[in-house]
Amino acid sequence: MIQTPESEKTMSSTTPSSLASVASAKAERSAPTSAQGTGLEARGIHAWFGKNHVLSNINLDFAAGSVTALIGPSGCGKSTFIRTLNRMHEFIPGAAMAGEVLLDGKDVYAPGVDVTKIRLQVGMVFQKPNPFPSMTIGENVLSGLKLAQLKVHNKDELLESCLVRAGLWNEVKDRLDAHGGSLSGGQQQRLCIARALAVSPEVLLMDEPCSALDPGSTLRIEETIRELSDSMTIIIVTHNMQQAARVSDYTAFFLSDGGPGEMIEVATTSEIFSKPKDQRTENYVTGRFG
Amino acid sequence: MTAVATPQKPWAKRPSDRLREIALLLGAIIFSFVFVGATEMKGKLAYAFVFFAAYGVLTSTYAFISRGAPAAKDAFVSTLVSLGAVLTVVPMASILITVIQKGVPGLHLGLFTNDMSMATSTDPIATGGILHAITGTLTLVTLALVMSIPLGILTALYLTEIKGRFAGPIRFLVQAMSGVPSIVAGLFILSAVLYTITKEYSALMGSLALTILMIPTIARTSEEVLLLIPNDLREAGTALGGTQWRTVAMIVVPAARSGLMTAIILGIARIAGETAPLVLLTGGGDKVNPNPFSGAVGSLPYYIWRSFNAGSPEAMTRAWAGLLVLMVVVFILFIAARSLSNRKISK
Amino acid sequence: MSTSTVIPSPREISTEPRRSDKVFRGVVSAGGFSSLAILGLIAIFLAYRGFEVLKEEGLGFIINAEWTITQDESANVVESDFGLAAMLVGTILCALVAVVIAVPISVFSALYLNFYAPNWLKKILVAVIDMMAAFPSILFGIWGFLVLMPSVEYWGKLINKWLGWIPLFEVKPYFLSRSPFVAGVVLAIMIIPIVTSIAREIFAQAPLDRIQAAFALGATRWAMIKAVVIPHGRSGVVGGAMLGLGRAMGETVAVYTVLNIVFQINWHVLLGAGGNVASLIILKFGEANLYEIKGLMAAGLVLFLLTLAVNFLADFIVKRTGKSGR
Repeated sequence: MIQTPESEKTMSSTTPSSLASVASAKAERSAPTSAQGTGLEARGIHAWFGKNHVLSNINLDFAAGSVTALIGPSGCGKSTFIRTLNRMHEFIPGAAMAGEVLLDGKDVYAPGVDVTKIRLQVGMVFQKPNPFPSMTIGENVLSGLKLAQLKVHNKDELLESCLVRAGLWNEVKDRLDAHGGSLSGGQQQRLCIARALAVSPEVLLMDEPCSALDPGSTLRIEETIRELSDSMTIIIVTHNMQQAARVSDYTAFFLSDGGPGEMIEVATTSEIFSKPKDQRTENYVTGRFG
Repeated sequence: MTAVATPQKPWAKRPSDRLREIALLLGAIIFSFVFVGATEMKGKLAYAFVFFAAYGVLTSTYAFISRGAPAAKDAFVSTLVSLGAVLTVVPMASILITVIQKGVPGLHLGLFTNDMSMATSTDPIATGGILHAITGTLTLVTLALVMSIPLGILTALYLTEIKGRFAGPIRFLVQAMSGVPSIVAGLFILSAVLYTITKEYSALMGSLALTILMIPTIARTSEEVLLLIPNDLREAGTALGGTQWRTVAMIVVPAARSGLMTAIILGIARIAGETAPLVLLTGGGDKVNPNPFSGAVGSLPYYIWRSFNAGSPEAMTRAWAGLLVLMVVVFILFIAARSLSNRKISK
Repeated sequence: MSTSTVIPSPREISTEPRRSDKVFRGVVSAGGFSSLAILGLIAIFLAYRGFEVLKEEGLGFIINAEWTITQDESANVVESDFGLAAMLVGTILCALVAVVIAVPISVFSALYLNFYAPNWLKKILVAVIDMMAAFPSILFGIWGFLVLMPSVEYWGKLINKWLGWIPLFEVKPYFLSRSPFVAGVVLAIMIIPIVTSIAREIFAQAPLDRIQAAFALGATRWAMIKAVVIPHGRSGVVGGAMLGLGRAMGETVAVYTVLNIVFQINWHVLLGAGGNVASLIILKFGEANLYEIKGLMAAGLVLFLLTLAVNFLADFIVKRTGKSGR
């Protein structure tokens, strides 16, 4: 299997520039050009389902305008972790957590925080595409505005720009009144991305966004992620290491040895894939287990 | 190792949140009293109405100030849906309280050992009893069960095991049958059997009408239960060389046993208090009738119905006592059905 | 593969069922068709018995409001006039009042049960409501007569006082006792548990991933319900409401105890003059002679067809919208 970015370069010819150069370009940039806010920080995050301790002491900073990939074997708590970031974790009965999530320096779990505002700032794309079946494509994109009762000056402009950024505009511009369910799986997932973009979040969480899609659609989504990374912070959970290598600036490796999931290592993506510090990371990225 | 972290639920309500909720609640209560007192409105309804309106406005105002318009709408809807739940449950509470309150004075030692052959419904309460009604209802239910269990379960088996070409239409017909008004079922038996063949009131006539009402309940509940039986079981049976008949009889039905019992009990609960067809078909005798195939027979609903229509205070007390007994019966049946169906899930 | 490949026609897989299976399938199918047989027989027998009256009255059976019969001393029918119009109007009016009151309350309480109630309370309430759905109608009837009727008549007065200018709420002459409104409220309380159970089950099937998507977009609970749960459950709730309507139209004793039956077409819900086909049957049955019973059979047939039509409509709505609203 091809695991390192070097070989990745030869592998994927559609990548406009090599991953290493993307990463270094990002790293050189001292301040992000157009990303809002100052980023997201997780401080000592633990998570439980009932008595089951599933995530232990995660400390992770996400710089504004960066793409961070969370990798690791199934059941290591990656998805649980990103769901603590936009407070979706609490929907599961019996869920509990500890620690702080700082969004622009403010704890999202502080008393009196309006959770709906947090979710507007931290958007989310799910594993399976889930457009609202009762709404048209256009309504789906703008549904976030309706749900949160946000006012916007020019809806059509916003609709177009979101669909353009999600890489879907050309395919759907003539049938915005069609139902979301009429699109293919990959298009539906990009529709969901457009929907998340419409409320202009600072952070976009993506929970294995390509796991239900075919390779072609996956590639399109990855292009979208790279384009979006200029304007927002993206955190993506993925099982696919090539994908992590292709799209991310930073990679964090999660692992659970039967107990709660822990973060083994975080570094720039090229480092994780070329010279990981921890033996377990190396075993994982070279395909020796997982 | 750092200190062990403790699980927290930062999204749970804090004591201060609870305190605020109670304050809003109290505020709404006080407001309802002041408002009803100050205006010419009166009655429990007025208090309840003003209270809910005030609570809705108070909570949504608070939500608006702290979190804006969407939160205000959400808070208002929360009040509205709670009101819906309250309105659903209040009649139940009122029915329970009324029946117990008015029914208990009608209970006496001889209630279950005497019949009404030596008493009329306007006599003092201590005379007479409901023995004939109890035995009559038991007869009616037993006969109805004998007919409806096979038909109901066969219908369910047709829908789940045979899955014939007509499964869709049959499913609809069963649904339509559950919508047949009980009086129509009574009229049907009256015209088709009583006038044509037997020409006299009997328990059998009543139970025929009850069967019509009971089949859809049994069929639909049984169908749901049979659908829960995993297909592997059926395939395992067939793969072992069993015929479909043996597979169903030896594997599917036994596996669904407690669920089918639930279906039967729910069927009984459906008809135990059915009144209208019995008024047309059973004649409602005053003494125990040991022959289910001939002669007027009493029943609990008929007894209640007649006492209610007699209208005197004693008769009303009798009606309430009958209702109390009927309600206890339905309650016991319901508890039995629920505990059986819970066991089905846990197994 | 060359183009000349012959595509084989599919082989027929058939197994000759054993005799025991043939018998089994025969018996089960026969049982399965019992519902068809019973429904068919109901229609046939009621039509057969009611035929004489139906022929005599013709269309007047549906559009006239009179129900009189005169006999001479030897109990021969001298003159009869059977018209169901007032009863039909009353039946529909009572049932509509019941549905208009019951459906919003049921939908709210179903939403409360699914999305607002804490788990322990939900369990208790579901048991209580299912239990209530199994209560016999005579219980609702007598409770409604003794406990509810005085209050509802008072509410009727209030409605008339404030909304009397709407023709529907007009009361002339001023007589509010035992009105269709009272019967409608009793019926509403009877069907609320049924409609609530149906709505609760439908709402519980709302797709979880869409619910999460709505929350992840910053929706409040209500915004989520409006965007996901209501569109998902709309047709099912309409179907449930229709079932409740059918139930309300066919109910006998709970209506009979609280309704003043008057043979005059009346669309004013608050006026104490109602009609109800089922109650007519039980009211007239006691002293009816053979000819009048034929009239009652015909009335039963009309009621049967009416409830059948409502059920059919309910099924149609659920099926049709069930496909597109997936």
